[in-house]
Amino acid sequence: MALPEIEIEPDAPVVVPPARKRPWLSPLNQRRWRNFQKNRRAFWSLIIFCLLFGLSLLAEFIANDKPILVKYNGEYFMPIFNFYPETTFGGDLPLEAQYQYEDISCLIVSGGVIDCYDDPEGILAEIEETGTALGNPVDKGWMLWPIIPYRFDTIVDIQGAAPSPPDENNWLGTDDTKRDVLARVIYGFRLSIFFTLVVTVFASAIGIFAGAVQGYFGGWVDLVFQRILEIWSSTPSLFVIIIMFAIFGRSFWMLVFLTVLFGWPSLVGVVRAEFLRARNFEYVRAARALGVSNATIMFRHMLPNAMVATVTLLPFIITGTIATLAGLDFLGYGLPSSAPSLGEMTLQAKQNLQAPWLGFTAFFTFAIMLSLLVFIFEGVRDAFDPRKTFA
Amino acid sequence: MSMVLKVRDLNVSFRQDGAETHAVKNVNYEIGRGETVALVGESGSGKSVTALSAVSLLPDSAVITGSINYEGAEMVGADEAELRRVRGNDISFIFQEPMTSLNPLHTLEKQLAESILLHQGLTGKAARARILELLNKVGIHDPEERLSSYPHQLSGGQRQRVMIAMALANGPELLIADEPTTALDVTIQAQILELLADLKKAEGMSMLFITHDLGIVRKFADRVYVMKDGEIVEQGETKALFDNPQHPYTQTLLSAESTGVPDPVNPNAEVIAETDALRIWFPIYRGLLKRTVGHIKAVNAATLTVRAGETVGVVGESGSGKTTLALAMMRLISSEGPVLFLGSDIQGLTSKALRPLRSDMQIVFQDPFGSLSPRMTVEEIIAEGLTIHKIDPARDNREMVAEIMVEVGLDPETMHRYPHEFSGGQRQRIAIARAMILRPRLVVLDEPTSALDMTVQVQIVELLRNLQKKYQLAYLFISHDLKVVRALSHKVIVMKRGDVVEQGDAAQIFDEPQTDYTRELMAAAFDVKSVG
Repeated sequence: MALPEIEIEPDAPVVVPPARKRPWLSPLNQRRWRNFQKNRRAFWSLIIFCLLFGLSLLAEFIANDKPILVKYNGEYFMPIFNFYPETTFGGDLPLEAQYQYEDISCLIVSGGVIDCYDDPEGILAEIEETGTALGNPVDKGWMLWPIIPYRFDTIVDIQGAAPSPPDENNWLGTDDTKRDVLARVIYGFRLSIFFTLVVTVFASAIGIFAGAVQGYFGGWVDLVFQRILEIWSSTPSLFVIIIMFAIFGRSFWMLVFLTVLFGWPSLVGVVRAEFLRARNFEYVRAARALGVSNATIMFRHMLPNAMVATVTLLPFIITGTIATLAGLDFLGYGLPSSAPSLGEMTLQAKQNLQAPWLGFTAFFTFAIMLSLLVFIFEGVRDAFDPRKTFA
Repeated sequence: MSMVLKVRDLNVSFRQDGAETHAVKNVNYEIGRGETVALVGESGSGKSVTALSAVSLLPDSAVITGSINYEGAEMVGADEAELRRVRGNDISFIFQEPMTSLNPLHTLEKQLAESILLHQGLTGKAARARILELLNKVGIHDPEERLSSYPHQLSGGQRQRVMIAMALANGPELLIADEPTTALDVTIQAQILELLADLKKAEGMSMLFITHDLGIVRKFADRVYVMKDGEIVEQGETKALFDNPQHPYTQTLLSAESTGVPDPVNPNAEVIAETDALRIWFPIYRGLLKRTVGHIKAVNAATLTVRAGETVGVVGESGSGKTTLALAMMRLISSEGPVLFLGSDIQGLTSKALRPLRSDMQIVFQDPFGSLSPRMTVEEIIAEGLTIHKIDPARDNREMVAEIMVEVGLDPETMHRYPHEFSGGQRQRIAIARAMILRPRLVVLDEPTSALDMTVQVQIVELLRNLQKKYQLAYLFISHDLKVVRALSHKVIVMKRGDVVEQGDAAQIFDEPQTDYTRELMAAAFDVKSVG
């Protein structure tokens, strides 16, 4: 609503109001945030998603084959962060301690009794009963394990053929190389989201910049860049990825680089259209008449208005990137095979139809992850829609 | 007289973000058979909402209470089928914007046939005959050839005629016209109003006419309702109301008119800007090799001089090249021919070389809603020029912003607000402040008052006059509103389709126009008022 009309005389004394700090969110964005909160499904999806992603960021503390904290002879060790050879705990191998084996846990509990290598069960039982090892009193140690005592690449030491079905140790079973499925899901979820975020941020930044330049200058710049874009978009990206991997070897950052390289054109279209539209707006003309430089006009005056179209397109880019990663992994052209990949799990599920836990896990992980994202962005889009009213 | 539409205790409010805004409060009005009723008020007074609520054409967020009785049937709470039957059949609408109320992808025949098919069930030859009859009735020449035209091939006036034809297609009882002539040139305006008056008589319709232009109302309406802030403050027979307005608001409305002429300027004052046979032609490219086959001649040989403290008015209908000329003088578009600014030719300077000069030439645009960046605070908007041109580096920007805000009549306390919180007049003041803070020598005013209400127009004209006197500003004033031009200009240039048809001292042009075109413009602008 309009502010009240106040009569101000031209010769009234000038009072400069105190400088006010700009609120963190502009009033428009505050309104959008309120609208978003009113969409319960989107809001709760956001909370659940943040919770899941937050937990997966702490994956090392949830699923790991090293204990979080070790007390040995009155001293504390954190194997998650540091490398400790067996010799630290009174053993005789200068290699990293294999905490999940009974002899190592015996060494730690008993305070380094060397006989643990011969009869760990007996010594452990003795300490449990009498508090002494081989008759000598011990400073009893302990290990604090994560909830899931496996990392994504830990080979689980159990009987039977792989993949093995879910049991009390492996809640979602193991895959065909006897790695714990739940641990792989946690790490895989984190990797997928992290990959997507990095790719989206870089691809959007490049796409917005390129679209802004094309739309703002128009004419020859636009014409030439559009043709370049057409050629670029029709380059078969899969071949390039396969070739590049063959030359430089597979790695996460290589894949990020290649995905950004072929992903940025998707935003150029909308941003270019918005800028083409906005460059004839009167406030842009007014800024030009003031002598404002092109860069300032583009990014201060026009970009905020082009953001609505960009935000509307973001969900497609994000879900698309997740699908791209999964697809590449499924085909075997994605991340290194040791990486915790949801796409690779899907491939295993297809190859091991007799092990339905693989298929179900992959399906539900993707379904939940993508549904949450779709719900969130649906809410974001509605919140950005000025015509939508929220009673 | 029997009443076609009877509205009692109408309340309309809009809900947003949990807050309710009352747009219309306790409104009572009625329209008799064959009567023309005018709903007058300034923008935001709730005129359109009042009219649109008659057939529930409001967005979902609107809450309507009260009673709207059309020919004995209650419209508030009526179901969608009933409303659809009434809409377009018994009650028709004409909207303000003929550009956007026609579908650009359909031919005229298709658009007209749709409504006829829907309500009368006519198809094929019968429908075609009816369409031709309608187009004849609204004065479209060669209707057979026009049937396959698309809206963009018609002029604004023709489009509005087509809209009227669509509205008449089903022989409505009541025609609601929402500012039907506001977007049109003055000469076209007069024709459309005449057409509406004739049609009303011939068809025996009732009409609800929504406008802010009192000249039209006086000429046209039988009865008038004056609205302010969602309430009807005064009503009565047109003549009685105009002769003896009771409510103070009506009195202000009636007296709001830019009058007077500007003080004369020193004929030897410094020349600020000058053009000599300035030409702006846009090439038309054709064919595979994009050869230039012709030109769109936006401006042909415009020669003008603006001195310090002087206003040159540029008048003409839309499309006559007024704005193009102004933009070319500021080098915002390219042109041919010398443009002298403060004695030196700025034609051909690069945009970098031009930048220091930009602070001396400023522009104020027509649309105060479009010319302010919606994501910036008023302080940022006004101070933007200061960050580029160091006007007075010793002083604090905020202090200068506050000073200029007072000067243009704005409260400096509001400098943290965003443009959407201000009214149209206040926004235009912000735009003026943005230009004035750089202490320019030349200000181009591109229809700065035409989007504003009459009472606000008067204030802005007054403000511009004061600023000119104080700082010896040179104005290039573009307008199609001759009353405002007369109030501000020392010299006038009349343009028609890119040509300067007449040019000279304001007094001379207004008192003794030389060309037919100028006379026509004058008649259209000043006649509407004199009929009464």
